[in-house]
Amino acid sequence: MNWETVIGLEVHVQLATKTKIFSAASTSFGATPNTQACAIDLAMPGTLPVLNKQAVNYAIMFGLAIDAKICQESVFERKNYFYPDLPKGYQTTQLEKPIVGRGSVTIQLADGTEKAIGIHHAHLEEDAGKSTHEGDLPYGMSGVDLNRAGTPLIEIVSEPDMRSAEEAIAFAKKLHSIVTSIKICDGEMSQGSMRFDVNVSVRPVGSSTLGTRTETKNLNSYKFMEEAIEREVERQIDLIEDGGTVAQETRLYNGDTKVAKSMRSKEEANDYRYFPCPDLLPVLVSDEAIEALRRALPELPDARQKRFVSQYALSDYDSEIIASDSNMSAFFETVAEDSSNAKLAANWVMGELSGALNTAGLSFIESPVTAQQLAGMVVRITDNSISGKMAKQVFEAMWQGEGTADEIIQTKGLKQVSDSGALEKIVAEVLDGNPAMVEDFINTDESKRKKKLGGFMGQIMKASKGQANPQQVNQILLQKLNALL
Amino acid sequence: MHNYTIAQLIKGLQNKEFSSVELTQHFLDRISQLNDDYNAVITVTSEQALSAAVLADQRLATGDAPAMCGVPILHKDIFCTNGVRTSCGSKMLDNFVPPYDATVVENFARDGAVMLGKTNMDEFAMGSSNETSFYGPVKNPWATDSVPGGSSGGSAAAIAARLAPGATATDTGGSIRQPAALCGISGLKPTYGRVSRWGMIAFASSLDQAGPMARTAEDCAIMLNCMASFDEKDSTSVNQSIPDYTASLGNSVKGLKIGIPKEYFSEGLDPGTEIAVRKALADFETQGAQLVEISLPNSHLSVPAYYVIAPAEASANLSRFDGVKYGYRCVDPKDLQDMYCRSRTEGFGEEVQRRILIGTYCLSAGYYDAYYGKAQQVRQLIQQDFSDAFKSVDLIMGPTCPSPAFKFGAKGDDPVAMYLEDIYTIATNLAGLPGMSVPCGMVEKKPVGLQIIGNYFDEARMLNVAHQFQQITDWHNQAPEAAQ
Repeated sequence: MNWETVIGLEVHVQLATKTKIFSAASTSFGATPNTQACAIDLAMPGTLPVLNKQAVNYAIMFGLAIDAKICQESVFERKNYFYPDLPKGYQTTQLEKPIVGRGSVTIQLADGTEKAIGIHHAHLEEDAGKSTHEGDLPYGMSGVDLNRAGTPLIEIVSEPDMRSAEEAIAFAKKLHSIVTSIKICDGEMSQGSMRFDVNVSVRPVGSSTLGTRTETKNLNSYKFMEEAIEREVERQIDLIEDGGTVAQETRLYNGDTKVAKSMRSKEEANDYRYFPCPDLLPVLVSDEAIEALRRALPELPDARQKRFVSQYALSDYDSEIIASDSNMSAFFETVAEDSSNAKLAANWVMGELSGALNTAGLSFIESPVTAQQLAGMVVRITDNSISGKMAKQVFEAMWQGEGTADEIIQTKGLKQVSDSGALEKIVAEVLDGNPAMVEDFINTDESKRKKKLGGFMGQIMKASKGQANPQQVNQILLQKLNALL
Repeated sequence: MHNYTIAQLIKGLQNKEFSSVELTQHFLDRISQLNDDYNAVITVTSEQALSAAVLADQRLATGDAPAMCGVPILHKDIFCTNGVRTSCGSKMLDNFVPPYDATVVENFARDGAVMLGKTNMDEFAMGSSNETSFYGPVKNPWATDSVPGGSSGGSAAAIAARLAPGATATDTGGSIRQPAALCGISGLKPTYGRVSRWGMIAFASSLDQAGPMARTAEDCAIMLNCMASFDEKDSTSVNQSIPDYTASLGNSVKGLKIGIPKEYFSEGLDPGTEIAVRKALADFETQGAQLVEISLPNSHLSVPAYYVIAPAEASANLSRFDGVKYGYRCVDPKDLQDMYCRSRTEGFGEEVQRRILIGTYCLSAGYYDAYYGKAQQVRQLIQQDFSDAFKSVDLIMGPTCPSPAFKFGAKGDDPVAMYLEDIYTIATNLAGLPGMSVPCGMVEKKPVGLQIIGNYFDEARMLNVAHQFQQITDWHNQAPEAAQ
């Protein structure tokens, strides 16, 4: 039988606010455990939450970015369960009245087609802390770090509109691109800034009813997500084809060991006893506030891609890659503007620079080579001061912090010689110094002479210490040799 | 000095008849001599009080000190006090010392009031007799075999026994008004949102409200001037101008329309209590007020609705007491589950556990609509009853509670009988309205309270009317024998 995969995603996005959703404690990542948790985050008796307005604005901005309905009244509720890293014994979240209603995200697939993925809703909530069961804790005790407790999140719930791991990854990447473009999330997946819960079911092709789904929680890389989906689809199909049934359950996938396992069944699921949080008033948002946010909304990736094609004449492929990353886009635009050579700017940003950053594990914001520096180098390639080969040397030196392109060209003496008088002199010297080679060239059959040019070029470049402009040398050389024929 | 009202003490302090240090020492002495008889105060902060008194005297010497400066008061042990144990009457928090002050505590400290200590209370404010406290019951100074009411029984008994001239308290279903009535003092529960809840340990967040307790309405007005504030730390705090509550105390009650809900004078009301309350109403009539019979048709639903909403909110509010971060943790837990179970079973008393179970049940899948959802609808109806009533009357009056103080153990086996103690007070919490109790008579040597219910933010008028009543009556000046 042929099977169809049905996938829905729940995506937790950490909002890039400076402080927590209900307290003034910092949200920055990586601090010593429990140093960024105030009395409210620790759920000390008598403390009360005060809603962070910036978190609300960010949620609305997301809603606007996916063309969703913004709910003018949303309500926080308490989701009750006991866990050591949940200090209040309930999570403050939204259920019946989320802030962002239905919307849609368009994904681009490898075959060039587009597909709209429905967003059921997105709601605001607080993150929990972290429990640690490893480390140096005595007596087999577990540790609790509440630095993350109270970090603002939006949970984005998609419709079950995806039909393959490829679509799910494309959707996840698109969400990443959107939330980083509108700057509501830093997008650092390794720090848990975006986490994915994947709902997967299978059904016979042509069937219109959904199969029983499982939910694999807390995936924080595209690679793990892809693996988890593919394994889960395979597991479900095998199970059904062997006469079994899929149990509704929550699963975990360990990307390091590649092992997936059941966490809890539907029967073991908590009864969360949601009810409206009496410590917080309903969140009311006016039309004016929504419009003000809409006007201030940064450019979205799709619009940016189209603009790159029209403004910089980039190819669809190049513009797609650059536009999907807002930091890369900003970097590219500075290089393109400052160098007035968008095509070359795109090549260097997507090629050499991306590669180097990737290897070093750095983002475009952290790049040791600034956009201005790279632009300076592109200018020198464009005006023929340096060759492409020299540029690689210049880039390497800039990466090492040796200065601007011009400084490096100067100190390394890399300047390309394009003065035709000087070049003619060098070419003449090389020809004079290698009569045997010249003889050989003349005696070679016309159709094969071109191959002989390389030898001369090597000698000339050597003589010019690599600084001769290759195109010009090529011209002069051909001219001189042809004259000897 | 202990027979002075706060208003009189303020005069004495400002006229240098005595210093705050002398006054503070006097009340500390009374607490150390008499508290064992009543168990009203569970933490005494002598040293802190005396150093605060020294500072208060310095401020008073400048001649420009706030009204409460130098006046000793007690705080209910539900208010967090920086560096001073805040137990909420529970074993769970017997070891809990907050690193912050409640806004109410801060407001009094700002004005130079002197904290003498913390008062006993029903555990987590759940009770109407002060019998649920981990620190043992409070005894009613009028009859030590009887309860002082609850949950602010410690604050009420301390004032009645002249251990302090005033105290802070909280009211979720009657916890200020009922003990005020049973101990023969005055107490006001303000409009929900008038006084900050920051630092006040939550029982039922949508109902909890802090207010003053003192001997007279005038003293309550002076205290409310200090307590009421808009607080950005409490999202349910209301940003509305705060009048000087003492400014209108002298207004006449002539022409005042007082609504008398017929439902508050029906079956279950003790005859002696009814006589005392009706006499008080007649006093108002003599002063030129007009009595209007009204109906609050959904009154009978207030207790059932309350005992769904309050436990539901409490069940979540008390989840933070899990033995993980602070408070009681059981000895040698086997695992996480065991730690949760035993810490909470050993740390919470029976009544608290009962309410957590009721609340958890009411919110459970399949029961939510029938209980919590329904109770919220009832709450709307009750609010509507009041807003209809206030279209034709200025204030509503009736008994604070069905009978005077009952004996210890009298309702111990019957939670529902205990819950009915608050039958006249609960509705105002559900509606968020302000309510007050002032002494209006005695039945068998036990005080009776008159309840005054006002419209939203109409505390000034309630205090005015109560003050006028106290100008023509003497009930508020009576003291239990032991305190004289």
